[in-house]
Amino acid sequence: MKVTIADLKRGQHGIIKEFTDDSIPLKLLEMGCLPGNDVELVQIAPFKDPLYLNINGSHLAIRRETAIKIEIDLIE
Amino acid sequence: MAKQINVALIGNPNTGKTSVFNHLTGLNQQVGNYPGITVEKKEGVCKLSRGLKAHIIDLPGTYSLNASSLDENLVIELLLNKNDKDYPDVAAVISDVENLKRNLLLFTQIKDLGIPTILVINMADRMERKGISIDIPKLEEKLNTKIALVSSRKKTGIEELKELIINHGRIPTEPCLNASSIDPPYFELLRKAFPNQSLYKLWLVITQDVNFGNLNRKELSASPDFSLKKESELKRLQQKETIKRYQFINAALKETLTKDLNAATDLRARLDRVLTHKVWGYVIFFSILLLIFQAIYDWSSYPMDFIDMAFANLSEWSKEALPSGVFTNLISEGIIPGLGGVVIFIPQIAFLFLFISLLEESGYMSRVVFLMDKVMKRFGLSGKSVVPLVSGTACAIPAVMATRNIEDWKERLITILVVPFTTCSARLPVYLIIIALVIPDERVLGIFNYQGLTLMLLYLIGFGMSIFSAWILNKIMSLKSKSYFVIEMPDYKLPLFKNVAINVIEKTKAFVFGAGKIILAISIVLWVLASYGPGEDFNNAEAVVTQEYGNELSEQEFNKHVSSVKLENSYIGIMGKAIEPAVAPLGYDWKIGIAIVSSFAAREVFVGTLATIYSVGSDDEQTIKNRMAAEVNPILGGPLFTFASGISLLLFYAFAMQCMSTLAIVKRETNSWKWPTLQLVIMTAIAYIAALVAFQVLK
Repeated sequence: MKVTIADLKRGQHGIIKEFTDDSIPLKLLEMGCLPGNDVELVQIAPFKDPLYLNINGSHLAIRRETAIKIEIDLIE
Repeated sequence: MAKQINVALIGNPNTGKTSVFNHLTGLNQQVGNYPGITVEKKEGVCKLSRGLKAHIIDLPGTYSLNASSLDENLVIELLLNKNDKDYPDVAAVISDVENLKRNLLLFTQIKDLGIPTILVINMADRMERKGISIDIPKLEEKLNTKIALVSSRKKTGIEELKELIINHGRIPTEPCLNASSIDPPYFELLRKAFPNQSLYKLWLVITQDVNFGNLNRKELSASPDFSLKKESELKRLQQKETIKRYQFINAALKETLTKDLNAATDLRARLDRVLTHKVWGYVIFFSILLLIFQAIYDWSSYPMDFIDMAFANLSEWSKEALPSGVFTNLISEGIIPGLGGVVIFIPQIAFLFLFISLLEESGYMSRVVFLMDKVMKRFGLSGKSVVPLVSGTACAIPAVMATRNIEDWKERLITILVVPFTTCSARLPVYLIIIALVIPDERVLGIFNYQGLTLMLLYLIGFGMSIFSAWILNKIMSLKSKSYFVIEMPDYKLPLFKNVAINVIEKTKAFVFGAGKIILAISIVLWVLASYGPGEDFNNAEAVVTQEYGNELSEQEFNKHVSSVKLENSYIGIMGKAIEPAVAPLGYDWKIGIAIVSSFAAREVFVGTLATIYSVGSDDEQTIKNRMAAEVNPILGGPLFTFASGISLLLFYAFAMQCMSTLAIVKRETNSWKWPTLQLVIMTAIAYIAALVAFQVLK
């Protein structure tokens, strides 16, 4: 099964593998969300959405619906 | 005079770009608008050594040259147009030392345009605490430019930056990325078709919806030598370009930047845990809102009372001190009360902008967006709609402009449409005076004041109405939109006093002068309309009164009746009588009718209009409130301002769209007359119905 950013637990890390969908906004890439980069789930907002991430030192929040389109390799 | 050096400040949001701008220009700056659009244009003059001067322009914050908003478009259009008078001789890209990697993306794009580009690394004071060290000379070599290490907090490095600006001619302009490497065969075609143009610029014109110089998209697509690619393919290439740029940046930083992870403190993590907590997060947010409202109503009432008295006295004084005549009447009865109606806002507006700018500067606003997104999404809004809705309590104009960073068009449009329901400060004077007239100044349970509670209720009604209409709009509007949401969560910072102060002063100034012009013009027109009349009765008012009452009246009463006959027969009186049938069912007389009509220009005109109408012909220095309390309802008898008519007026003002400036901004932001027209018609209809029902039920 594919693992995505949406599957991370708080404090867990992963390495971004690829995007499952072409609709990933360019802005997200520009903010450092690129394949090969480390991603950490910092915090989940109340009601489970959005997700607060630390991608290679860049702190940003995205909605769950975007997060499920970003595949990762989990770092145990 | 030597030519000024044009400098453009460019940078990601949250990099302290505005602080650097403030340090370079001091108060020697001005905020205007770009022609035709409402993007704020900040420019200023900076004195350099050797008698040189620099013209600094602070461009809107952007993450890259791939525009996704109006603000970002503007940055590109300026940088692509060599003929623009603001075209920079040198660009300074402001970056934040902690997010250097991400900030460098924009740097490489600007540099590839062939503009000499200085890299400003800001927040240098945080380096030690965060365990960051940078090999500046080596990084300068890798990026092929000059670097200024600046701390806007500690005020270091600004002089060095000024030196670099003077010597901008020595900065190399070779590109960081060979544009052709994005797609060699395609760029080869481009080069053949337009041999004299820079490939990167061509690429930007192809991928963005912008024009530059004498070359635009249409001409590009009309060229026989090559065709534009499909949108999805272009997007794939843009992604490829971004990855290539990051490869370049990673290579440059690999040997020059080191980060000692152990040194990083976890203040951010601890604050985040509390401020975005599922319970405490909301408690803190609502406490802050409560504090803001407390400040606006309670604390600002002292300076406001003072201003009110001062203008009443000034009006009185001018009447006595100046030689009597038409001109004096215009000043003391038209202009001074009209101006007083604007100046009285200053304390409240200043408080509001103070809090909003504190929240934004500290980084807290992003946490609120994070906290509220899911809740707001249910109503068709975005977490980012919270900022416009909160700033809407100051003024809908900056609030509508603050919707620009909402990526999703539908969420943005809904936010724009519902923002005018939030209780803006222009409604306040209307609310305050009506509440003072019809709600008893008593306490319940010992602590709550009825008047205060009513005001709070009105705010809740406004906010509730905006959320409710957002929900309805979300249901009925079928707009296709690519919904996505990205927000940066900046590090917490102690707000800089200088930035906050400049922001408050600039915003308040803009509001007062913007609204002031309209109000002043309307007060003069109203005064003229109220002071002259067409018919016999107006000119022979004295005779009319004598005929009616005989000679029994005291001089004071006689004068009062004369002025009321005059007012009724003046131009404004005739107009007011004409619309009276429309407003009578709401419990208003023709004077309120006139005040409502004139306040379609701007709500705050209401009080000013009543002040002007009631001032005409009266000699005593009673405050407006006392005069209003003495008014009699022409149809029902008894006081005009009763509980029923008061509530009806409050509801009318809560819902009606009475602000030309907001309509103009909505037109500009949505680029169509459809939405502002809809706003005007629907909101006014809701207001009329609510006021009608309230009066008929309560009377």
